[in-house]
Amino acid sequence: MDAASALADLTEISSQVEAAVVLDDAGAVVASTLDDGERSAQLARAAVDLLAATDKRFESGGRTLTQLEAALREGSVFVAREEGRSIVATTSPEPTSGLVFYDLKTCLRSLAESTATPKAARKRRTPKAEDDA
Amino acid sequence: MRKLLALLLFVGGPILYLSRRRDERRDRVHLYYDDGSMVTLERGAPEAEQLLAVARSAL
Repeated sequence: MDAASALADLTEISSQVEAAVVLDDAGAVVASTLDDGERSAQLARAAVDLLAATDKRFESGGRTLTQLEAALREGSVFVAREEGRSIVATTSPEPTSGLVFYDLKTCLRSLAESTATPKAARKRRTPKAEDDA
Repeated sequence: MRKLLALLLFVGGPILYLSRRRDERRDRVHLYYDDGSMVTLERGAPEAEQLLAVARSAL
């Protein structure tokens, strides 16, 4: 599954998510639910800034920030990260945080699985080829 | 007319004030860590203000 399909699934499953952007480990936009590229980049920048600010100020005891929610009157901003990828999403005010985080993590995991699958397939094929030879 | 205006102020004022207070309290940041711990930053804390400003720009 590619990033765009994963985001399409996310917006279909989660009615609370208004916009979402997937970022790579460098903070570049991988996929977005928004048609406006500039708006996607703005959302990605906000996610990078939020993660950088929290990493800088709150890193202690070797623990790592995995997700954050900034709740405002206008709506909420969610950021989740896993295995080098991050996802940022905006919602309407007072969302069900647990559900939104679950959906965002599911989206990230489906992306991770899709990128891991070809490698696993290659690994499985190698011993078979050796057996044939 | 004057009585109606006084009634509106008497009833509407506190409702407006309480709703604004509730809205202000809603602004906060929750940070979740890999060890299962969570930190909540309420509006007014310097760290929260910076993060909320970034979040506001994203909405």
